Amino acid sequence: MTRAFTPKIVTANALLEGDVIYLTADDRWSRNLSEAELIDDEAVAQLRLLDAERQGGVVGAYLADAIAGSRGPKPAHFREAFRAKGPSNYAHGKQEDRKHV
Amino acid sequence: MYDYNDFDEQFVRERVAQFRGQVERRIDGSLTEDEFRPLRLMNGLYLQLHAYMLRVAIPYGTLTGARMRQLAMIADRWDKGYGHFTTRQNIQFNWPELRDVPEILEALADVGMHAIQTSGNTIRNVTADHFAGAAADEIEDPRPVAELLRQWSTDHPEFQFLPRKFKIAITGAPRDRAVTRAHDIGLRMIVRDGEPGFEVVVGGGLGRTPMVGQVVRDFLPKADLLPYVEAVVSVYNLLGRRDNKYKARIKITVHENGIDRIRELVEARFEQIRPMFGGADQQLLAQLEQSFSAPDFLRKSTDAYYSARNADPVFRSWADTNLAEHRDPDYAIVSISLKAHGATPGDATSDQMRVMADLAERFGHNELRISHEQNVILPHVHKADIPAVHAALKSSGLGTANIGLISDIIACPGMDYCALATARSIPVAQEIATRFEELNLEHEIGPMKIKISGCINACGHHHVGHIGILGLDRAGVENYQITLGGDGTEDTVIGERAGPGFAYDEIVNAVERIVRAYLSLRSDASETFLMAYRRLGAQPFKDALYPKEDEADAA
Ligand code: HEM
Ligand code: SF4
Repeated sequence: MTRAFTPKIVTANALLEGDVIYLTADDRWSRNLSEAELIDDEAVAQLRLLDAERQGGVVGAYLADAIAGSRGPKPAHFREAFRAKGPSNYAHGKQEDRKHV
Repeated sequence: MYDYNDFDEQFVRERVAQFRGQVERRIDGSLTEDEFRPLRLMNGLYLQLHAYMLRVAIPYGTLTGARMRQLAMIADRWDKGYGHFTTRQNIQFNWPELRDVPEILEALADVGMHAIQTSGNTIRNVTADHFAGAAADEIEDPRPVAELLRQWSTDHPEFQFLPRKFKIAITGAPRDRAVTRAHDIGLRMIVRDGEPGFEVVVGGGLGRTPMVGQVVRDFLPKADLLPYVEAVVSVYNLLGRRDNKYKARIKITVHENGIDRIRELVEARFEQIRPMFGGADQQLLAQLEQSFSAPDFLRKSTDAYYSARNADPVFRSWADTNLAEHRDPDYAIVSISLKAHGATPGDATSDQMRVMADLAERFGHNELRISHEQNVILPHVHKADIPAVHAALKSSGLGTANIGLISDIIACPGMDYCALATARSIPVAQEIATRFEELNLEHEIGPMKIKISGCINACGHHHVGHIGILGLDRAGVENYQITLGGDGTEDTVIGERAGPGFAYDEIVNAVERIVRAYLSLRSDASETFLMAYRRLGAQPFKDALYPKEDEADAA
């Protein structure tokens, strides 16, 4: 029996700030996980990763597990949850940016 | 204090200029990340979970007021107004932007600091006893030797690509406050026939295979230090395994070849290279000893200290935990806790850094130290000035009286920052400290070292914590494994695993169970946790950690 494929997102860090970024379906990099493209197909995921790796301005692109939520993809693992939010000891990183909007 | 000479200055400036060019080429796309990564790491620049991190070396943990103030300026101007002091006597800035890093390095060079060799398979920042030059039990200040090692190892052409990173720690006192036995080379000063020299220990290390270092030379005359250390590193450079990253540290080389074989090779190499040193190292050492000569200690009445003790119980309690014995009886060593209950261990705001810089300049002969336990030390304070120092600390959130107690926790950055982490460590430390503060048990518990790492790399020294906590990822959730009975002193012991791990929301309760067991089992208040553990063994503590079903139901 083959295991069901867990949907993926393409994520990386921005070259200049190091901030966590996500590849969107329309080939932008978003700072927001909810805007990421959720990819259901393994072959497509690999191709999207190759696309991402060819772009400048990003570092360390990889595929991360994610699950579909009502408002876009949600992290499947706690590491991605921290990346999407920021550290837990200070309201820095993305949670800080969110305060300003 | 050592200040850069023209050669050091020029070298550091050149490295900054080089790195500036490399950053520009990375940004304009002429360097790929694969090409750039080793270059940025050579300059202490990591990419973590949320941002870049710049690791700056604080050689042998020694700072002046001006250097501390510059770190505060960097924190304000290019980071988020704080810095994180680490167990390796470095400071880490968690939020620099790539474009700004050359400016930061320039600002560091302005005060004689840099981030070179804080990463990579090189000889890293040499760490030392944070009480060096001040401790009552010290034979000699180890920092001239540490500086000699720093100069020798910086940009040493033979040792830029070792099999793996290489860490040296040194202490000038028989009581080991620098965890020398958990380093690749540990140097512990001892006296033989009236002559100071070193016990040389090799092959210690923590990480995934923790090992206590072994004595390769029981007494090394001080004059032979540099050729001997070079012999050790060059034997390792040839013999160390480059085929497997997990077997590449010298601890594995020593383990696989045996200490006797290593000793033979080192002694042979030492004989070969010793004549080549030709005394230049000794001339340099003599100069360095001049620049580290003791300050002119003040002579004045110490009455103010004793009257403050009598008048103010808050001051007395702080003095009892945070002061250590100075070699001059009119002085004391002040440890400033960066572990306020509920705060991030090792973090200081820029304002706090400036307060500490001011205090060092006004009352501390312009010296500051960073301890591997992530606190800041004022090594030389006259007793008469201690009440004023305490008052200033207290009003800046730096007056916590907890040095060596349960809330004085070492914690690595863990999954809040570190890309390698398998779980968080900072919030676990925060919650343990808060819990015992609420229980008001801290002072009753007495000496207790809790150390927390967020993955098997053991940057938080959990193996040598009296209670060690290791955060793991078990099937997608954070899980914390406890070790008991570790000790990082001259009698280094690796802690013993207690049993199955605990979930994030269970770990603080688990620690409390161990502590309550200790309080009920100790023979009296003078028996510390570690003493009780050694007397009783692990079993009663395991019983407390893992109560049997029926007892748990009854509770
Ligand atoms: C970007 C963050 C960090 C990374 C990537 C990192 C990486 C590592 C790795 C891979 C090891 C294991 C080495 C081995 O076993 O061969 C290690 C060990 C260690 N690191 Fe870190 N570390 C980081 C942060 C820190 C911090 C913040 C501290 C100080 C608080 C620290 C101090 C240590 C110490 C003391 C050890 C264990 C001693 C030894 O080398 O055997 N590291 N680190
Ligand atoms: S122990 Fe692991 S999680 Fe903690 S700083 Fe080191 S590498 Fe990161």
